[in-house]
Amino acid sequence: MVLDMTTLLIDDKATICNANVKNNELWINQEELEKTTGWSLKAEGFCQGNTCIPYPKTETENFVQGSEVNVSSFWTLMDKPILHDKSGDTWMLGTSHKERLGALNSLQAPNFSLPDLEGKQHTLSDYKGKRIFLTTWSSW
Amino acid sequence: MPVWQDMYESVKDHDFIVIAVAQESRGEETAREFIEAADPSYVCLIDEQHQVADLYNMVNVPNAVWIDENGVIVRPSETAGSHDSFRSMNRTDFSQSDEALALAAKAQSTYLAAVKDWAIKGSESEHAFSEQEAREHIARPTQQTALAHASFHLGIYLRKNGKEDEGDLFLKSASELHPDSWNMFRQAMNLKDIGEVAGLAADHSFFERLDALEGKRYYPPPDIAGFPREPGY
Repeated sequence: MVLDMTTLLIDDKATICNANVKNNELWINQEELEKTTGWSLKAEGFCQGNTCIPYPKTETENFVQGSEVNVSSFWTLMDKPILHDKSGDTWMLGTSHKERLGALNSLQAPNFSLPDLEGKQHTLSDYKGKRIFLTTWSSW
Repeated sequence: MPVWQDMYESVKDHDFIVIAVAQESRGEETAREFIEAADPSYVCLIDEQHQVADLYNMVNVPNAVWIDENGVIVRPSETAGSHDSFRSMNRTDFSQSDEALALAAKAQSTYLAAVKDWAIKGSESEHAFSEQEAREHIARPTQQTALAHASFHLGIYLRKNGKEDEGDLFLKSASELHPDSWNMFRQAMNLKDIGEVAGLAADHSFFERLDALEGKRYYPPPDIAGFPREPGY
């Protein structure tokens, strides 16, 4: 068991954490889980706010071992994509299509923050009160 | 972009704003010359990870979403006025027939007129969808497109952090998982100059891929009255 500095990519942010990669699975301790993903382990399962996701008790050791949690199994349980580079140094913890569809179906415009040419961050919700024509373009 | 500038200038006094997001994994330096040439007075943002395409399920550029003053989507992602008539262009000198250009111009002006109408009238505009209509026009993400976006994101991150070859493999797999996404394909093609995208560019040039669409649209026409719906190619 080697503890390494591992990069997690979540919601467009890169976070460094201590992780243990074994058999192509990402294990991190419960404190790090909460700090990096906002999910915490409780009696009901994995919880964030009012949402709790139970994991199959018959497969406990596939999800929890001692103080460590198998993020790969948990992410897959939520139907979210999880990918990593060959070395296991960088992990992408993706968003599920159900979350994306749920957000679009709510008709509340999904929020984001992006920089302008001068590096100043703009957040979509800061423009509330105006009608917004949000368009994309590219150089390619 | 100059078209957005003219449109914006004509209606900007109506609590209306244009936010133009460059889907640009090469970053700000590549977008800069285009933005400075257009000299826009609206908001221009740089999106290296194609986050907006992911959040709003966009597959091409220009795609646009209309968001009302309460942050509610009144038109989900759609082709922002472009037309497939460009597909008839001469592949050697890129010239286009007068008919093709006229069709593209009609598409553009019809779309811009709709945007202006909404900019001025808001929810009273015939082009602002009801909630039900808006939901009916949402392109639904799938498990596969979600995986594609995760792959794309990881690929761009790895490229930026010294693992170009490995990053390219994720870009390739993203494009394969999400064949409808011209954004993923074209960005990967574009990045190949600074690192070959394993097999991707060599196997499928843009025009080959375009021709393979056959009757399927490159720019699906937006659901706007008067927008030319004929293929034009």
